[in-house]
Amino acid sequence: MQETTTINNNFKSEEYFINMGPQHPATHGVLRLLLTIDGEIIKKVEPDLGYIHRSIEKMCERDSYQQIVHLTDRMDYLSSHINNEAVCLTVENALQLEIPERVQVIRTIIGELTRIASHCLWWGVMGMDVGALTTYFYGFRDREMINDIFEETCGARLTMNYNVPGGLMWDIHENFVKRVKDFVAHFKTKIPEYDRLLTGNVIFQKRTKGVGILTKEDAISFGVSGPVGRGSGFSCDVRKYHPYSALDKVTFNEALRTEGDTFARYSVRIQEMWESLSIIEQLIDNIPEGEFRVKTNAVIKLPKGEFYQKVETARGELGVYVISTGTKNPYRLKFRSPGFSNLSALSHMATGGKIGDLVATMATLDLVIPDIDR
Amino acid sequence: MRIPLSITDNIQEWLVSMMSESAASYVAMIIVALIYLGIFAIAGLFLVLIERRVAAWFQLRIGPNRVGFQGLLQTMADALKLVSKELTGTDRADKFLYNLAPYFVIISALMALGVMPFTKEFQAFDINIGIFFLIAISSIGVIGILLGGWASNNKFALIGAMRSGVQTISYELSVGLSLLTMILLTGSLQLSEIVEVQKGGWLIVQGHIPAIIAFMIYMIAGTAETNRAPFDMVEAESELGAGFHTEYSGMKFAYFFLAEFINMFLIAAIAATVFFGAWLSPFGITESIPWLGVFWFLAKTLVLVFLMMWFRWTFPRLRVDQLLTLEWKYLLPINLVNIVIMAFIVWQKLIIQI
Repeated sequence: MQETTTINNNFKSEEYFINMGPQHPATHGVLRLLLTIDGEIIKKVEPDLGYIHRSIEKMCERDSYQQIVHLTDRMDYLSSHINNEAVCLTVENALQLEIPERVQVIRTIIGELTRIASHCLWWGVMGMDVGALTTYFYGFRDREMINDIFEETCGARLTMNYNVPGGLMWDIHENFVKRVKDFVAHFKTKIPEYDRLLTGNVIFQKRTKGVGILTKEDAISFGVSGPVGRGSGFSCDVRKYHPYSALDKVTFNEALRTEGDTFARYSVRIQEMWESLSIIEQLIDNIPEGEFRVKTNAVIKLPKGEFYQKVETARGELGVYVISTGTKNPYRLKFRSPGFSNLSALSHMATGGKIGDLVATMATLDLVIPDIDR
Repeated sequence: MRIPLSITDNIQEWLVSMMSESAASYVAMIIVALIYLGIFAIAGLFLVLIERRVAAWFQLRIGPNRVGFQGLLQTMADALKLVSKELTGTDRADKFLYNLAPYFVIISALMALGVMPFTKEFQAFDINIGIFFLIAISSIGVIGILLGGWASNNKFALIGAMRSGVQTISYELSVGLSLLTMILLTGSLQLSEIVEVQKGGWLIVQGHIPAIIAFMIYMIAGTAETNRAPFDMVEAESELGAGFHTEYSGMKFAYFFLAEFINMFLIAAIAATVFFGAWLSPFGITESIPWLGVFWFLAKTLVLVFLMMWFRWTFPRLRVDQLLTLEWKYLLPINLVNIVIMAFIVWQKLIIQI
């Protein structure tokens, strides 16, 4: 008996610590996860940030308001248009500019197209993370069409920089309406294809249902927003509660699921693509005539005070908080990025699951690291 | 015991006129080994190309079609690149085991290739326990994977290696038992006899319902045993980076890579032999022109290979615990019941004979 005890004492059980990232296929960028695992089971997840910090908020204090718009492209690069819009809306509200209806409608249409493009990419990557590599190419095929539309209208495909305080950089291209309509018709046949390829798959459902559960209470206390929050039954769509641009002129349903698992977040995003298509359809036929830009001063000076504007990006609620002292630069500018709060819930969701669950859960958070780490 | 070695015999007979009998048998063995090495390399490279073209087809792409006619030389070029690359390794790796691991994988694949009945005469050695030999040899490959993952002293590689051990041990049972179901029909483990029996109809037809169930189980378990998606836990690039071969580069990596494709070919070839009559053709064409059997054998095998590629490019990956649940809670019990049904069918002579 004594011998057995001594032998057992000689075997120390250690925690298996593993660095997932900053160079890892599943972290979609330079996110580093410090994992403590016991076999396949995850004991602890600690996200570590700072690998792509570019001090964007500090740079904003140096730049004029027109220049700040450029910087926001580089945050959440998959919803660059919506980021631009957030800053422009803040400035326009502070200056109390009257924005033409034409601008509002175009902004909303492009915003929804951006959302679809972002979700297409997410869908492809989601499939890839759970091991179905083919989805990636299907998602990119449809995203490509949207990028082509953007390229024609504003000259850029990713970092669009189409908004300026007071309106748009240029008017839309003459082909815009036709191509958007073509895309809507095309994409309506493709979402069912997505469902056939991935949603209905038994393995996919087994991998995602009941995995990475986030209850509504936890979702609220973690400050989660966007599709992640709505997958947990937390109704938090900024477009619904604080409509901006032309979003008060359209009717759409907020995609909401109550399960709070990975599959619920997946379904919310698929549903959101349908809703975005419906918003585009409502607006595309009657884009009002008018100016595409209001004349502003060459040097924009915001009145003294604090201004806040929030918008719904593809990942959730993006807030722009400006403190102005009446000069041409903001005294302080703070972005409330959706990804950061969403990532904070990862540890809570993934602990106790398997490594495969962590990857699937992380995929449905739809992390864009430059957005988290500004 | 004299092991019937069809090609070796033929070559030996031809060599006897030139040298002594013992020397002739050694030379014959070397020649046959070289022939199989050639088959191995060509089949491996060709399968990589097929995989890439099939993947491209599934993924709305074109795939490699520039090097040589329709990209036929693409994988040759890739192989040349890998040969010319520097072999890097980790400092803390167990050098001996680290270098040994790829050979386990490749030798087990190569040995299994030897018993494959490409056609009536084209079979390196036709031992009387052919199926048993195949199952035994194919499980040696996992030692290489385990060694590679363990010896390279990388945490991701170790997780991959442990997964592979768990997976192969589990799915070996299903591969073995589903083949055993078919052995009940043939009454022999020798591959040439299994083919002979199928002159009265493919075994999947002869054994009808239980044979089809056995075939489905075999394909699932076979895909799992080659560590291909949806069972690619071992590599699982979104979870483990590259899994057990994370630290391998150059030709050592290529060994693992080629062995994976040869293993896929072997799984398909065993299925073609046991379920679909190997080199037998309709209307007895291969009876009059035996060498045509190679084409029939390859055609059947490639159809099954395509099926496995189809799995890979369509399905998401299972999770580790689901992988084990599938095997131990579903495939294994179904398999055991299936054997009993097959035994009943053989006993009651309910076999369909054409």
